[in-house]
Amino acid sequence: MTTLPKSLLDNPLLGTWISFEEAGRVRLATGKVEIGQGVLTALAQIAAEELDISPARLRIVSGETPTSPREGFTSGSNSIAISGSSIRLVCAEVRALFLRYVADRLACPIGALAIEDGRFLRAGRHIGQDYWSIAAEVDLARPAAGDAAPKPPSNYRIVGQSLSRLDLADKVTGAAFIHDLAPDDVLHARMLRRPWPGARLADFDEAAVRRAAGAPIDIVRDGDLVAFTSDDEVAVMRAAQSARGLAVWTGGARPPSAAGEPNWIRAQRARDRIVETGAVVGAAGNRVVEASFSRPFLTYGSIGPSCALAEYRDGALTVWTHSQGVFELRKWLAHALHIDPAQVTVLHRQGAGCYGHNSADDAAFDAAFVAMRTPNRTVRVQWTREDEFSAAPMGSAMVVGLRAVLDANSRPADWTIEIWSPVHAQRPGMNGSANLLGAEALTDAPSPPAEINDVADDAGGGATRNAQALYDLPRHKLVHHLLPHVPVRTSSLRGLGAFANVFAIESFMDELAETAGEDPVAYRLSLMSDPRGRQVIETAAEMADWFGTTAHDGRARGFGFARYKNRAAYAAVVAEVEVDEQVRLRRVWAAVDAGLVINPDGAANQIEGGIIQAASWTLKEGVRFADGRVASDSWESYPILHFSEVPEIDIRFIEARHQPTLGLGEASLGPTAAAIGNAVARTLGRRIRALPLTRERIMATLLAEN
Amino acid sequence: MSNGYDLIVNGNSVHVQGDGTKPLLSVLRNELGLRGSRFGCGTEQCGACMVLIDGEPSFSCARAIESLAGKSVTTVEGLSPVGSLSPLQQAFLDEQAGQCGYCLSGILISAAALLARNPTPSRGEIAAALDRHLCRCGVHNRIMRAVARAGALIGARP
Repeated sequence: MTTLPKSLLDNPLLGTWISFEEAGRVRLATGKVEIGQGVLTALAQIAAEELDISPARLRIVSGETPTSPREGFTSGSNSIAISGSSIRLVCAEVRALFLRYVADRLACPIGALAIEDGRFLRAGRHIGQDYWSIAAEVDLARPAAGDAAPKPPSNYRIVGQSLSRLDLADKVTGAAFIHDLAPDDVLHARMLRRPWPGARLADFDEAAVRRAAGAPIDIVRDGDLVAFTSDDEVAVMRAAQSARGLAVWTGGARPPSAAGEPNWIRAQRARDRIVETGAVVGAAGNRVVEASFSRPFLTYGSIGPSCALAEYRDGALTVWTHSQGVFELRKWLAHALHIDPAQVTVLHRQGAGCYGHNSADDAAFDAAFVAMRTPNRTVRVQWTREDEFSAAPMGSAMVVGLRAVLDANSRPADWTIEIWSPVHAQRPGMNGSANLLGAEALTDAPSPPAEINDVADDAGGGATRNAQALYDLPRHKLVHHLLPHVPVRTSSLRGLGAFANVFAIESFMDELAETAGEDPVAYRLSLMSDPRGRQVIETAAEMADWFGTTAHDGRARGFGFARYKNRAAYAAVVAEVEVDEQVRLRRVWAAVDAGLVINPDGAANQIEGGIIQAASWTLKEGVRFADGRVASDSWESYPILHFSEVPEIDIRFIEARHQPTLGLGEASLGPTAAAIGNAVARTLGRRIRALPLTRERIMATLLAEN
Repeated sequence: MSNGYDLIVNGNSVHVQGDGTKPLLSVLRNELGLRGSRFGCGTEQCGACMVLIDGEPSFSCARAIESLAGKSVTTVEGLSPVGSLSPLQQAFLDEQAGQCGYCLSGILISAAALLARNPTPSRGEIAAALDRHLCRCGVHNRIMRAVARAGALIGARP
């Protein structure tokens, strides 16, 4: 018996995943949802491949609590590896069951049969039967045995091809998002958000807000949670804007202006943990190299603010959301709103790009909260841009200290990584808590978590994600300072701790190479036993002609490498920058080993998108605080990379189709940050270890030199 | 209270009633059923709401409807007849120039205006024309390639 993937163990019935109700169509259900990465297209390719049907025949049901498999959150670059492997096994088994049925009926060996776009062939000739004509005869209400062999990759015709995104045509012609679903008689709602955690609404001039609305509105309030509703969307937009300025708040925990700065991070109350492995070998004690790196709080900055719809009718609540986890959301919505979960239906609809735990779940709660107080109306809540910046979860600020004792050959004999970080995951249900922003402001708010923990190391880690460098380190010590009590709402942002850890480790590798007087790529290779790691490092170096290019004035290249979570895709990145008063990113090369790549163009899109997003984080981004609240609450005060700042990018995938698929959506970010940082350090002759590498920091560094 | 505002939207005469200070984007989405133009920030900082006003790319999220009497507005829905794609939209599909796609309808508007005046833009010219648009997924290079490709298609026409 094969060990089945978790998704299949949790949802064993074949018919949960695949069915043939509609002639010529195949229903494929998945618990994973489209959050902008093209995952549904890739899952469709896997299903079509194993079933021998055209992908166009698939009708995908995704993230709907009544019918989808329960597959947890769409996160962690796990979708293809876990849901995809389940779909592959299910479809292989369904195909085998149908073939067995036909073979029995024709009294012929299975080997004589084939399937062509859903139609059965015997000895190459159509027999007049297809999946749909015999679907009633084949019982799929049975648990997967997992014993049908999927196709060997050498037989693939659909997997490995760059199938076009199934959802893109709608997005270049018109309405395609949850934002666009409102019926004509929708009730529009906007929320008044607490400006910092735990703030209490002390005063609030309702009459002034109603005047500002310019049209009749209703005000729905419970505790410190306030919603403005109207048939007129402009009225609630104006009401919310006015209320934001008029509301007087007290109490709570106000973040200081220094929040996110390295010294502030280190000063927070911590719960500490030490993990030591290996033993010091060689003549340690020759030289010690130490450095400390940091990143500030970051926001995911989706272009489309979160949106949700909800309707409460006859005691049943229906919620439309772009949440990453509809089943967890249903459970915790029900908990926070005191309603039987059996009466709650949660349906995923596409939102704008999702790069981590954003405000989608919060918006769903907001809509449900309003809907339960205005029954029999479809309520639409739209978050404001300002609230996206100031009230949505943020990626944790981190400090990462590194210390290496070098042996006589300048190799690390003793290695310590010390991490200070708030937690990286506070999704609904984590730490046994609803973690729904609106619910926390209610009079009878759900109880806060008894203890706040980060993602466990064996689940990929939160702050400790990629804390262990993949290099040959005989002795490794991890010191993890978990900061549970910060006045900033933190959760998962693409890559979690891996971004800062890889930036730190790979910057530090350059510092060690410099200490050793060796080329940074050669130094890395001397510590890399993993052959796949070696291959991506060598490939990226070759793509950029690393060893054939010399730095010249104001322009240099830097290198970065990691295997995401030390178990997903490998990525090596070379960045070329010019530095005058600011960093100009000119070219990027990336080599990736992601095992079997389902959709090469989609995979390249993910790697490239990760490079550009990481470049933006590295060069520009950081949440700023002032007057006890988030000060960077617009695109003007929180700038991101613009078209004119985007480099040309070359990407190459290592051919590895016989290896299992490795998640790649988050693989390129950490190596990109390090490559840029290393290139900037080479250009300046000095290293800036605190992100972002802004013009101000470059100028300060240049001035300090003179 | 005024008697409303007459304007042309995607080639059709429309009459908009009510408060003249309401933003064009709300009128397009809620009153005219044109939901391809998207709300991103409401403060003209991201470009998700971009439309053509008399041929010029313009933010619609904070543009008062009263300023548009007699003007012609084109949204993403107006770039091609229903059920078909313009060469520009087709080029975006050919290049798979999208991830989440939220920014695309606004970007298509600015790209269409660029190609109307310069069918063979350089990478730098494309970047400059799109610099008011934010894309968070990191699809910029594909988008710039798609615009160049569409320009080549349009330019090659007799």
